[in-house]
Amino acid sequence: MTQKYTVQGATGEFEVVIGLEVHAQISTQSKLFSGSSTEFGAEPNSQVSLIDAAMPGMLPVPNMECMRQAVRTGMALGAQINKYSRFDRKNYFYADLPQGYQISQLYHPIVGEGEIEVTLDEKDPDSATKKIGVERIHVEQDAGKLMHDQHPTMSYVDLNRCGVALMEIVSKPDMTSPREAGAYVKKLRSILRYVGSCDGNMEQGSMRADVNVSVRRPGEELGTRTETKNVNSIRFLMQVVEIEARRQVDLIEDGGEVVQETRLFDPNRMETRSMRSKEDAHDYRYFPDPDLLPVELDDAFLEECRSSLPELPDEKRLRYENELGLTAYNAAVLTAESETSYWFEELLAQSVERTGKSDKDLAKQCANWLLSELFGALNKLGVTLEESPVSPSQGAELLSLVADGTISGKIAKDVFEIMLETKQGAEQIVEEKSLKQVSDTGAIEAAINDIIAANEDKVAQYRGGNERLLGFFVGQTMKAMQGKANPQIVNEILKKILDN
Amino acid sequence: MSVDKETVTKIASLARIAINDDEAEALVPELNNILGWVEQLGEVDCSGVEPMTAVIPNELRMRDDIINADPLTGGGVRDKILANAPDAEAGFFAVPKVIE
Repeated sequence: MTQKYTVQGATGEFEVVIGLEVHAQISTQSKLFSGSSTEFGAEPNSQVSLIDAAMPGMLPVPNMECMRQAVRTGMALGAQINKYSRFDRKNYFYADLPQGYQISQLYHPIVGEGEIEVTLDEKDPDSATKKIGVERIHVEQDAGKLMHDQHPTMSYVDLNRCGVALMEIVSKPDMTSPREAGAYVKKLRSILRYVGSCDGNMEQGSMRADVNVSVRRPGEELGTRTETKNVNSIRFLMQVVEIEARRQVDLIEDGGEVVQETRLFDPNRMETRSMRSKEDAHDYRYFPDPDLLPVELDDAFLEECRSSLPELPDEKRLRYENELGLTAYNAAVLTAESETSYWFEELLAQSVERTGKSDKDLAKQCANWLLSELFGALNKLGVTLEESPVSPSQGAELLSLVADGTISGKIAKDVFEIMLETKQGAEQIVEEKSLKQVSDTGAIEAAINDIIAANEDKVAQYRGGNERLLGFFVGQTMKAMQGKANPQIVNEILKKILDN
Repeated sequence: MSVDKETVTKIASLARIAINDDEAEALVPELNNILGWVEQLGEVDCSGVEPMTAVIPNELRMRDDIINADPLTGGGVRDKILANAPDAEAGFFAVPKVIE
């Protein structure tokens, strides 16, 4: 059991209550209501249509794919899917929003309640899990980007991001510690990436969170919450919860009162501060957008959304454990990120194809190699799995050589080193460096006989009952054969000769 | 439902419409007339009637996810976008500095 998280004040303990609004950019080519591109990093204002710039008379036409991805995401969270949803206008004035309103879904969101199960300690797959409720998911437009540091008196506006589709995924206030909040976002990010509805790239702003925090003494009513906007990493998110809870506890104990307000996080000064300027902007005067009819989804559409969902991380983890016989830890690590599981499955499939063995026979070997050898190498090179110099098919080539006895596991490590350096295939390396394992009993027997002849004292000790010396003989034989002898055969022959 | 001068002033400010005191004063009865007129709709008994979103039965038209499928509503028109801006620099709209 993980210990309960509390903030210790001078007058006692406080509990923390956290709710998150995660904005996830929907992975589409074009924007929510216009055909302009969503690609990141383009020249300023080069991906802005007359619709995005809110020119008079331009009318929004929804991108079907945005609706589809929101529905698929909802299904992946086991959420209620609303066949009827509608767009509303959220009115506010700011330089990043030329329309003067954001098109969003307040009254009738496309997705209703669902939940996410998180593991509280990812290092320990047997640790407690917790279900965090999802209140709703709605689809809305992103705003443009302001730059304040390019000119002494002007702010520059780039509307490329303006009108890009977002899903706002609103959690219930079910989290009670920074760790839970972090685990929730991590799991949500993993699911979005499996589904393919968001790339989850927090550095590029494809995913960011508004963090609602309040504190209370145990057993008391919910306290007043503050909302810290646009937190763009999981580490920052956990820091915001910690800092903001501390600030509120200190404030309350000093006789002050928490004000419901919007705050900003400053990671350099490790503090949150009030965004007072936007206070009266909270009167959004929502109303249904008269430019858009309601979104009505039919059964065929929903069926396509459901049938196109991939196997999700939780199902995958259980299958790896139950059907492939992997340990809970390995199954959890392999499924945490979709890239890792795809890599693993590709490696396994290719190994099965090459060796003709069953996936259950090879799964453990593939998992161990991927998680220790490959990950170790990638770590050293400082690259991600996507940038791996070795492909799943090349990995399978190497592992098949071990599986069919061509090389030993030890030699495989050396071959892998060479593969990383030279980008050559495993078979070619084994061939060129003549690393093939020797299973020829004649050659092994000859080597063993030499060693026995040279170590008669040890032979006597062994026969006298010191059986641990077998290891010594195995070692000497392997050394004499430059590690290429098949260890199983070496063992067999040694025993046969020594025990006679 | 009715509005007073304070509400009118607030709505004007939220909508970034500059009005002076006299104008606000004059708008109060005008807006209240409109609100009263709209409220008459409430007298119609429409219990059991589905809310109607369009007079002519119509369905929301959606588009496929294709970049610039219709050049009229696609990107790549920066010069047109910036043409009416009071100020633009280096491809950006330039506005008086707004800082949180």
